[in-house]
Amino acid sequence: MSIPTVINAVGRAVPAEINGKPAIPFRGVGKYRPSGNKYGPPIPSCIDFPDDGNKVVSTLEEALLRCGIRDGMTISTHHHLRDGDLVSNRIFDIASKMGVKDLVWFPSASFPCNDPVIKYLEDGTINRIEGSMNGPLGRFVSEGRMKGTAVLRSHGGRVQAIQDGEVKIDIAVLAAPTADSFGNARGTGGSSACGVLGYAKADSMYAGKVIVVTDNLVDIPCFPMEIEGNYVDYVVVVDKIGIPEKIVSGTTRITKSPDRLLIAELTAAFLEKTGILKDGVRMQAGAGGTSLAIGVFIHEILRKKGWKSKFGFGGSTRYMVEMLESGQMEYILDAQVFDLESVDSIARNPNHVPYSVFNAYNHHSKGNLTSMMDIMILGATEVDLNFNGNVVTHSDGYLLHGIGGWQNCLHARNVILPVPLFRDRIPVIVDEVTTLCGPGELIDAVITERGIAINPLRQDLIDSVKNSGLPVTTIEELKMEAERICGKPSKPQFDDKIVAAIKWVDGTIIDTVRKIKK
Amino acid sequence: MDNNCATSGNSGPKIRSDCQITLFLKSEGGISTDLKSKVETLYGESIRTLCSEMLGYFGIENAHLAIDDSGGLPFVIMARVEAVVKKLTASEMSFLPDFPEANKYSTLRDRFRFSRLYLPGNTPSLMINAGLHSADGIILDLEDSVAPDRKDEARILVRNALRQLDFRGAERMVRINQGDRGMDDLDSVIPHNVNLILIPKCETAENVKEVAMRIRDIKAGSGSDNPVYLMPIIESAMGVEMAFDIARADESVVALAVGLEDLTADMGVRRTNEGNETLYARTRIVNAARAARIQPIDSVFPDVGDMEGLRRNVAVSKSLGFEGMGCIHPRQVAVIRQGFAPEQEEIEKARKIVLSYEDALSKGLGVVALGSKMIDPPVVARAMKAIDLAVRLGLLDSGWRDESSAVVN
Repeated sequence: MSIPTVINAVGRAVPAEINGKPAIPFRGVGKYRPSGNKYGPPIPSCIDFPDDGNKVVSTLEEALLRCGIRDGMTISTHHHLRDGDLVSNRIFDIASKMGVKDLVWFPSASFPCNDPVIKYLEDGTINRIEGSMNGPLGRFVSEGRMKGTAVLRSHGGRVQAIQDGEVKIDIAVLAAPTADSFGNARGTGGSSACGVLGYAKADSMYAGKVIVVTDNLVDIPCFPMEIEGNYVDYVVVVDKIGIPEKIVSGTTRITKSPDRLLIAELTAAFLEKTGILKDGVRMQAGAGGTSLAIGVFIHEILRKKGWKSKFGFGGSTRYMVEMLESGQMEYILDAQVFDLESVDSIARNPNHVPYSVFNAYNHHSKGNLTSMMDIMILGATEVDLNFNGNVVTHSDGYLLHGIGGWQNCLHARNVILPVPLFRDRIPVIVDEVTTLCGPGELIDAVITERGIAINPLRQDLIDSVKNSGLPVTTIEELKMEAERICGKPSKPQFDDKIVAAIKWVDGTIIDTVRKIKK
Repeated sequence: MDNNCATSGNSGPKIRSDCQITLFLKSEGGISTDLKSKVETLYGESIRTLCSEMLGYFGIENAHLAIDDSGGLPFVIMARVEAVVKKLTASEMSFLPDFPEANKYSTLRDRFRFSRLYLPGNTPSLMINAGLHSADGIILDLEDSVAPDRKDEARILVRNALRQLDFRGAERMVRINQGDRGMDDLDSVIPHNVNLILIPKCETAENVKEVAMRIRDIKAGSGSDNPVYLMPIIESAMGVEMAFDIARADESVVALAVGLEDLTADMGVRRTNEGNETLYARTRIVNAARAARIQPIDSVFPDVGDMEGLRRNVAVSKSLGFEGMGCIHPRQVAVIRQGFAPEQEEIEKARKIVLSYEDALSKGLGVVALGSKMIDPPVVARAMKAIDLAVRLGLLDSGWRDESSAVVN
């Protein structure tokens, strides 16, 4: 039995309800206006908490019990410990032992280290995951084996969903590299330092109950606190919250692939020749090898011209830190930290500061950072002839990535997608994206090793690179070239069953992922 | 290994863009295939169709075909299937991929050969994007970079790559093997528009003549008039002594290259970055090439991580009179090109020389001077060459005459 669907503003069939709750189809960029008030958790009182501020309980199990864990609850976690997270799986180990069923896991992202939760999806402890899924977990969901329907949101969309009460977190379990007994917590210090805890902030403010889990308990006050103890119910001290070398890369490295370096060089040249790169530029690039290389080439141009970037928005890496320290960047505003050099930098450099996801990405707010950014470098698994982008599924239809901040970042002034024309034999430029995660009207240019396609909506950019010597072509040409080299690909076959819903930044449904037909 | 079963191509966690084919010939039961591919959803059907079409073409009716594909492009899969068939049958037939007109260009005798990029002849992943890196020449190597037991399959792969890949105007080169194997290599590749053949470990003029003759024989039967040039590589003490003979062994020789790794081994000395141990050999080769009016080309710089070392190496190479170097990594191309390109000062001087000369000619003056110096025709010719070079390298605008009129007066 399938749920009735409607066609949304980008032509995708989306369900009118998900997991029994009504859902709003995507209406177009900037077309949906929310109403009502923000959600508020129950009002707590000091009279229920110890005067000495000591909220430490002996085990995570005890904390979960005291929080009243029961069937059907929504449990949230953050992903700052990345692939070294030792806390999230523990929650479900405990819940499973207690016989709790039908939980909703609401992580800000999942990693390969979370694959063991598959057994709890199978035994009914967890009903569904609302968050990113990849690897075996993505495969599990794509094959239609998860009981509930996954919901994928951008980082900003997750904060929006929490704030709007679309997702009500019953218990937030927040791993903290350093915390005090009152629950004040930060991302620096200790053996599991991850730099910042920005993605945990919304959870701490809106969850019904909040548990802070740390392996580095310090005397009150834990300072500077990113999580404030006034939101926290219990503090649990454990041996280890994470595996340090998997929390951050020892060091991030730019790509060594000559083809990716070529794309990076072309991207930097494009930014320079269009005039997008300028003194005072505000920029953001990811931590992928190509993005890092673009950062290095941009750094070089800034240095040559004697220019300075006003700020870069992190995920920070050593390359951004180098810009900060060489004087080519004034501030790093940071939502997450990717390597040890950045962890070190944010702990000691006053111009390298944690920056809230609310301020950066939340669409249901009084403006956010993304629309003020000059340069936004993003990736995609597929881009189609309408410049629509896909970041969540592979061309074979399987869930592959979370959305991350990708959708939020599309609101920047210049959104550039440096991507290879094909990966091995898999074309990146296609007729129509498998899953539509971002509308093409927000994507300004696609830069491949075989040419640059500028969105026809950006005539200004097209004019600015006339006679520049850059290999400017059209998206149609790029697609044809990909097919000339790789052959015309077949499409994956899907069942009707919806296994995941893709939310737009405003909480509406932009697309769905269907079950793979075997 | 029994002679009913053969394998070609590579597979494994680190292998990309290749396809490993294992063919079991049987006496009955028709054709069965077993496909494992990371692009199965997108291309599984087309891979199966291609393979069965090929088995039909080669007249194989009973066999099991195991395909372990890591995203190989069709020309790669074709090469791998043909290779296993040829290992197990005496088939003389070839299953050729399309040969777009765009890949049938010819090159000029005196074109620039600053950078020539070596590609191992049995590694498809490095070939596919090789044309994007602006090397002057792309070498599909059948010699040292191919393991002895992979020589036959590499030859088929290189042939298919020559037909299918767009090298974007780079000179299409193949380094053949030594001796008889090299002659067979020529039979395979020459009909597919090779612009230049590198002859490894060349020691005598005879080596060159033999290759040139074989190429003429092959070309005689083909429809293409495109020239095939030769670049002998001197890699031994004997070769160094015979350099001049080698350089003028045949009119199709356009460049003489040196291979320092083998040369130092032959001489029993350690190769250093400074290269004093091969100074004699290198200057001798430059001189031989100049005397024969062909281009002297330097060896490769082996440390791909050391761009500064490469830059210094190019500067020395240029000062000795070399006009190009080999590259073993695409990132070396730009450094080499920059290094061999004329410097700003040199361009400026050349511009003044040519403009003064043209000015004098237009005024009917017999004697041309720039400042206090007389300008001879060879000086003008060299200046013209430098300007031509600068324009082609994008260092000087093609309208350089107008722009600079003020400077000259």
